[in-house]
Amino acid sequence: MEKRKSSHDAPFNFWSGVLFGLGLVAFIDEAVFHQLLHWHHFYDKSTTNIGLISDGLFHAFSWFATVVSLFMLADLWRRKVWNGKRWIGAAFLGAGVFQLYDGLIQHKLMRLHQIRYVEDVFYYDVVWNVLAGCMIIIGLVLVLLKKAPKKGKEGEA
Amino acid sequence: MHIHDMGTGLESFLALLCYAFPLGLIGSYLIAVYWSNQKYKKWPVTRIAFWIIGVFSVFLGVMGPIAEKAHASFQAHMLTHLLLGMLGPLLLVLAAPVTLLLRNVSVENGRLISKLLRSFYVQWITHPLMTIFLNAGGLWLLYTTNLYSAMHSFIWLFVVVHIHVFLAGYVFTLSMIYIEPTPHRTSFRLRAIALIAAMAAHGILSKWIYANPPAGVDAMDAQQGGMLMYYGGDMIDLIIVILLCYQQFRSNRQAVGNSVYSPALGNEVRE
Repeated sequence: MEKRKSSHDAPFNFWSGVLFGLGLVAFIDEAVFHQLLHWHHFYDKSTTNIGLISDGLFHAFSWFATVVSLFMLADLWRRKVWNGKRWIGAAFLGAGVFQLYDGLIQHKLMRLHQIRYVEDVFYYDVVWNVLAGCMIIIGLVLVLLKKAPKKGKEGEA
Repeated sequence: MHIHDMGTGLESFLALLCYAFPLGLIGSYLIAVYWSNQKYKKWPVTRIAFWIIGVFSVFLGVMGPIAEKAHASFQAHMLTHLLLGMLGPLLLVLAAPVTLLLRNVSVENGRLISKLLRSFYVQWITHPLMTIFLNAGGLWLLYTTNLYSAMHSFIWLFVVVHIHVFLAGYVFTLSMIYIEPTPHRTSFRLRAIALIAAMAAHGILSKWIYANPPAGVDAMDAQQGGMLMYYGGDMIDLIIVILLCYQQFRSNRQAVGNSVYSPALGNEVRE
């Protein structure tokens, strides 16, 4: 089957990756920290109302993002226009941004729940957010790196 | 339900009616399938299965062992609502009863039904924004006011609430996935946003219930019920998300190679 390109392939790759990264982090958060380790609590008495709303919206959005990004990926493969580096970079970016939002805004500012209920939660917070920062940097490098040899052939995402 | 208070004659008649109704629904569907198969392409067996399991889900939500337990246990009550308001409606929509009905009626009646489907009322009641309002709004009203405890004192209120839960779940599913004839279609973007909003409202409410038990429910029971609502709701909503995306991407297949993707997906792509 021949490649069926479209001018939207670059942003399509990018957004598919971002949504997948976001959904994956949310899934790992739920599966590992809530269900397996029981570090996170389902509900924390100090949760603010805005925290509850933010968590609900992000939780719903992450379910949707995971599913829609995989359908987008299937579509990219079918048309043979998948750009692996851009997609994986975008996935790192989406994962990092969501984890940073979760770590700084949801855990700290909105006090949704803490990473773990121990005395020195500060160290957990540092590791959590530094990891998020690393993912953002890796993501940015991968997404921007791809563009150099192609001489700006693709559209801006 | 306190049917026992109403005297034995009425009680046994109502009980009979309760069991005859679901069996009648399944029976008439099977007869319609039989008639339809004589004239048209064979009706999918999966749809028959969806209909039978769907009818059972709905009726397990209002009668039988789980519904009996639901008077005393909030967790069991939540399970009945998942069956009656989410799983049952989803399966019934997937069974496409309106399509089946249209295959079996005369041309005049078919015109009448499709005129009804095209009416303003149906457009209004199956609009995603309306259905999330009916669905989430109804649930918030039920669990954040004293409606929940009042429902157990007045049988008519109990009946009205449960009919609402079912119908709201049904029109919500109808507004999200297009299996039946749907004259008033809305964009994928609008349905995606509405579905995310509905899932969020459901999740937020279940955590709210976890922290603030409805009147007359003890804390432990409310916590278990809230978690069941949260995870159970997620599972069924996930199926709706997958079906919605599947339909969208299948409909795109014919149009690959042009710019149909981005506007339909709403992924913020600009020219």
